[in-house]
Amino acid sequence: MVWAKMKFPFEKRVKLAQGLWLLSWLAIVGGALNFCFGCFLKTEIRRRTEVMDNSNIHIVPNTLIVSGLAAIGINYFAGQICQDALDVGRFPRWKTFLKPYCCCAIIFTSLTLIGVILSFTMRSSLEGSLQVGLRNALRFYKDTDTPGRCFQKQTIDHLQMEFRCCGNNDYRDWFEVQWISNRYLDFSSKEVKDRIKSNVDGRYLLDGVPFSCCNPSSARPCIQYKLTNNSAHYNYEHQTEELNIFVRGCREALLSYYTALMNSIGAGVLLLFLVVLASLRYLQTSMEAVIGQENTEIETEGYLLEKNVSETIVEYLNPVMKLLLLNQVQDGLVKAEAGAQPE
Amino acid sequence: MALLKVKFDLKKRVKLAQMVWLMCWLSIMAGVLVFSLGLFYKIELHKRSELMDNNESHFVPNLLIGVGLAACGINAFGGKICYDSLDSSKFTKWKAVLKPFLFCCLLFNALLFFTALLCFTMRIPLQFILAEGLKNSMKYYKDTDVPGRCYMKRTVDLMQMEFHCCGNKNYKDWFEIQWISNRYLDFSSKKVKDRINSNVDGQYLVNGVPFSCCNPSSPRPCIHYQVTNSSAHYSYDHHTEELNIWKHGCREALVSYYGGLMNTIGVVVLLVTVLQVGVMVGLQYVNTSLSTLVNPEDPESESEGWILEKTVKETFTDVITKMKAMGKGNRVEVGTEKQAVATLS
Repeated sequence: MVWAKMKFPFEKRVKLAQGLWLLSWLAIVGGALNFCFGCFLKTEIRRRTEVMDNSNIHIVPNTLIVSGLAAIGINYFAGQICQDALDVGRFPRWKTFLKPYCCCAIIFTSLTLIGVILSFTMRSSLEGSLQVGLRNALRFYKDTDTPGRCFQKQTIDHLQMEFRCCGNNDYRDWFEVQWISNRYLDFSSKEVKDRIKSNVDGRYLLDGVPFSCCNPSSARPCIQYKLTNNSAHYNYEHQTEELNIFVRGCREALLSYYTALMNSIGAGVLLLFLVVLASLRYLQTSMEAVIGQENTEIETEGYLLEKNVSETIVEYLNPVMKLLLLNQVQDGLVKAEAGAQPE
Repeated sequence: MALLKVKFDLKKRVKLAQMVWLMCWLSIMAGVLVFSLGLFYKIELHKRSELMDNNESHFVPNLLIGVGLAACGINAFGGKICYDSLDSSKFTKWKAVLKPFLFCCLLFNALLFFTALLCFTMRIPLQFILAEGLKNSMKYYKDTDVPGRCYMKRTVDLMQMEFHCCGNKNYKDWFEIQWISNRYLDFSSKKVKDRINSNVDGQYLVNGVPFSCCNPSSPRPCIHYQVTNSSAHYSYDHHTEELNIWKHGCREALVSYYGGLMNTIGVVVLLVTVLQVGVMVGLQYVNTSLSTLVNPEDPESESEGWILEKTVKETFTDVITKMKAMGKGNRVEVGTEKQAVATLS
């Protein structure tokens, strides 16, 4: 009893082979894109090591690079098989190769699936990484004269404007860091001296945020200083004011962006692999019936599995079980021998 | 004396047909490219229509879209003709259509060339439209409660952040208009009353700019109020300060953006025109080579192909005489009618 049986006349076989060949070339392009994206991500992460706390993050671009190369390899072979599939003379040489190839491809697809699942679980580690990285970035915002940190301000400003976010958890993180450099503070002024004295660590903290937190959709010109002081601005109440500055934190914004990106890429890649695998299996099984026949234009049947799902699983597990059982039988023999010897 | 006469045997004819078929397919893709470029330009104009006072002309992108679609259609037809040209039985049905089709191709090429020229000259009216439009959008910046203008602030802010510009000609334009709405001014405050009284039109003018003029690459937190007052900020000299806010005006930035876009599209359309002329010439050769077979029954016989049957001058005089003959024909008819009327009466 075969599983997922389909009839294949000659025309349909030709169409299947052609479609699969095209698909495998598309998948090669996809694999190349995957590889390039992995390389790009690796260089981007290297550039921003200042924001990244953890070096474990390199597993993501490495996975992308490996999967891209593997996709190119597997789909190249699939394309070659398709090209030879329609020529009955050349197809037999692939015959012995096909079964282990299909197994390999299935293992690789399940690895990709595991990778997608892992990327969901790694979300918490990404979150932790971002938490520490952004906290440091906020601290180094004012250090535009320190080599190695002079572009921190520009990076954070662009990040906040592009992702429409403010601060780490929310905009109040800016109240806890000194983001105005001492170079621009008039230490002879009474106001500055008071503020610095009132703080334990001698930092100049204020209830204001940088201009990049300003929301362009706000109806009024941006209020970025004295945010919590309702009386400092006319007709302003900071508890009900929603549109003035971005209320979302950058950690949440970045996390949702990357999650959406990984979801769409992962789903796309997985779908493509499954389609290629299924088509290849159909092509193999439908061609097998043609080999050795005189008339190559007969109608054949193609299927996904020779027996139904449970039987196939049992069939593949049997060799594994035999290996284990064999050990058990050997143990039994050894025990019997040991038992026999003392007697 | 034909123009550019070439001898053709069967092999050469087949090669010609294949080449023209390939060129037709390339032209179809080029037509799709022109169509998508026209669509992109239309969307870009529409995105910023508020800044252009809803006054911008969509003639050029519409023309590009139309020309792109027409190119696809014409070249698909041409490709079909080439495909059938190798089979003499199929080709006979196209024979009558081919001459008017080639004339259509000629007109279409002229249209393509005209479109390319238009693309290059669009920069000039754009400058005037943008000057007027930006002036008005800055005026309406504060009117976030007026229906029809409530998104002007957002559009201007996003534009200034995206194009790295401030104001119309430069950032000082913001000093001359009231960009803070009266809803957010405390009229009981002495400071506000003084400022309004000191202005002839009773407007609240400040020497400040909106936050969207701020340059993120500046090493210090952005100073966008009291920009010209060097003593209001510590260690600040507004004459030497370069990185604090964007200094250039948005008119210049937008004109160079749209101008660059139009130049690129113009170059692409010119290249498509060249390709299209090639297709037309190829089709003419296909047509003439198949109609001058030495032995019409034998498909393997030799033939000749040319672009024009006579020289350019002779063809031109031929066309003029034909048109004159058409005009004379009417006159002769009118003359005979008059004679008939005269004989009757």
